[in-house]
Amino acid sequence: MLPKLFFGYFAFAIIVLSLLVITRRNPVHSVMWMLLLFFQIASMYLFLNAEFIAAIQVIVYAGAILVLFLFVVLLLNLREELLTNRFISAWPVGLVFAGAIFAGAVSAVAAFVPNFSGQYTVDVINRETHTKALGQALYTDFLFPFEIASLILLIAIIGAIVLAKKRMRS
Amino acid sequence: MPLVMPDLKPITPEIVMTCLALFILVADVFIKRKETLALLSIIGMAAAAFTFALPGALNTTFGGMFISDGYSMFFKIVFALNVILTILISVKYLAVERVNFGEYYALLLFSTLGMMIMASAGDLIVLYLGLELMALSTYILAGFIRYDMKSNEAALKYFLLGSFASAFLLYGISLAYGLTGTTNLDRIAMTISEKGLAGKPALTLSMIMIAVAFSFKIAAVPFHMWAPDAYEGAPTSVTAFMSVGPKAAGFAVIGRVFLMAFPMVRAEWVAVFIPIAIMTMAVGNIVALSQTNIKRMLAYSSIAHAGYALLGIIAGTADGLASMMNYMLIYAFMNMGAFAVIIMLRSEGFKGDAISDYEGLSKTHPLAAALMLVFMFSLTGIPPTAGFMGKFYIFMAAINAGYTWLVIIAVIFSAISAYFYLRIVMNMYMKDPKETVTLTTSPSMGLALAITTVAVLAIGVLPAKVIYLARVAFP
Repeated sequence: MLPKLFFGYFAFAIIVLSLLVITRRNPVHSVMWMLLLFFQIASMYLFLNAEFIAAIQVIVYAGAILVLFLFVVLLLNLREELLTNRFISAWPVGLVFAGAIFAGAVSAVAAFVPNFSGQYTVDVINRETHTKALGQALYTDFLFPFEIASLILLIAIIGAIVLAKKRMRS
Repeated sequence: MPLVMPDLKPITPEIVMTCLALFILVADVFIKRKETLALLSIIGMAAAAFTFALPGALNTTFGGMFISDGYSMFFKIVFALNVILTILISVKYLAVERVNFGEYYALLLFSTLGMMIMASAGDLIVLYLGLELMALSTYILAGFIRYDMKSNEAALKYFLLGSFASAFLLYGISLAYGLTGTTNLDRIAMTISEKGLAGKPALTLSMIMIAVAFSFKIAAVPFHMWAPDAYEGAPTSVTAFMSVGPKAAGFAVIGRVFLMAFPMVRAEWVAVFIPIAIMTMAVGNIVALSQTNIKRMLAYSSIAHAGYALLGIIAGTADGLASMMNYMLIYAFMNMGAFAVIIMLRSEGFKGDAISDYEGLSKTHPLAAALMLVFMFSLTGIPPTAGFMGKFYIFMAAINAGYTWLVIIAVIFSAISAYFYLRIVMNMYMKDPKETVTLTTSPSMGLALAITTVAVLAIGVLPAKVIYLARVAFP
């Protein structure tokens, strides 16, 4: 019962906070609600015994990405932003589509039966700790995807530099 | 859990490509003449292509995550051709646009590396990361002319809708993983048949989400919204690159994922792809009729071609796949050729991308007009050009698989497409020039045009060799 209650609380809080993020007129408020949202998500991960991902959620998302968001908001003209609508006029269409996809997903997932158990059961994770298990998988079985991910990060750095370069004088 | 050194022979081309791209990135600091970088990239790419044929190259490695087989090899040849031709047509163009930065070549190579990884992916995670590597590099390239609003718009739209597609792909992958407990394509198929998962709604949803994500990548209707704006705004050389490379990579993964991981739910994914193919051919060909910008027109044309190529996937036979692969190769040549001519028309202070700019081109520049004629004929599918052979084999494979009615629809739309392709030809040959168009030519551009023209005509006259290559590649 208690786990269900906790899960229910986090799930509800995440939904409410997400709605607050997208409906606020002031971008600074949106970002602040998002900060709270990220902490809720991190708690959810913690609750699911994934402490490493919870830490990453706080450090990377709440720490780095949110600061980046705030930088972007600093570059905006807040006074002008406050006068514009948060939603484009076609939002009801989007809502219908989103609702349809949601209904489809719910009906599909309702018939979802977990019918396998892999190498990493809850016992193994509890014994080895989540961080160790993740690290081992990442550096052995998933070494190849890990290396590709490093290239993707490199591309991001190159991209940022290229797009901020001075215009060429011929 | 000790780390066993994986067999690196199958992955040699990717390793060479990574080193090459990093080398170009560093060399950019020391080499002031960017043409040298272009030359180095082409030589390096050719060297990487040479390693395709090394002994032991055809194998599976990293525990089934990386598959190097004839199928991936064929696509890697298409990607290599694509990047070499793109570099050849970019050299002068970048100078005209004043964005002659060395990173351009490095990003092209990284994007190609992503495509190569996609074509060889035997695991959904590798596939996703390859796709991101390809897409991220292409987003940056699309926005490469930073001071141009249109280029910015292209990059942003491409980026936003691309991330949207990635989200769909990840949802699909997570559902497939939740159902089968693995991301390995072979094992997904095995689990589906062992546990009798075929027909389960969750599996269907997963398959649909993956299909939607890939449809974004190949710009199939109704997921094509980004394509016209991205193609129009991006630098023309990048448009050429992304109309061939990411599309071919998208088809490579569609063929791989749906035939390898989801053969048990074939009836369902065929039911998803048939309406997509019909809508793609319809919207692509009909909307192209009203375009006034040639890059936009070719964007819709490229949407339509994705529709034809989907017929090969729908057929699902070895013949269908081989004809789809063959189509991608032919499309690479004819589209690159058409874009090469468009780039030639761009000169200092003259955009040259309106269809009316082609009026009377045969009088002022007869050779360029003749080349454009060949490419337009090929895109329409008129013999003796390669485009005809490509369509012919695709349609034949679909008929043999029992989709005659679909082929009839495709032929009707293909006939409609003649109007907008041949309108360019008519503009060039039957109208008088309004203003004098100066061509920006360079030796590398000449080489690119020579390669594409010869290839389009040679494959059109003697298609057997290419067909044979694709046929052996896909057993």
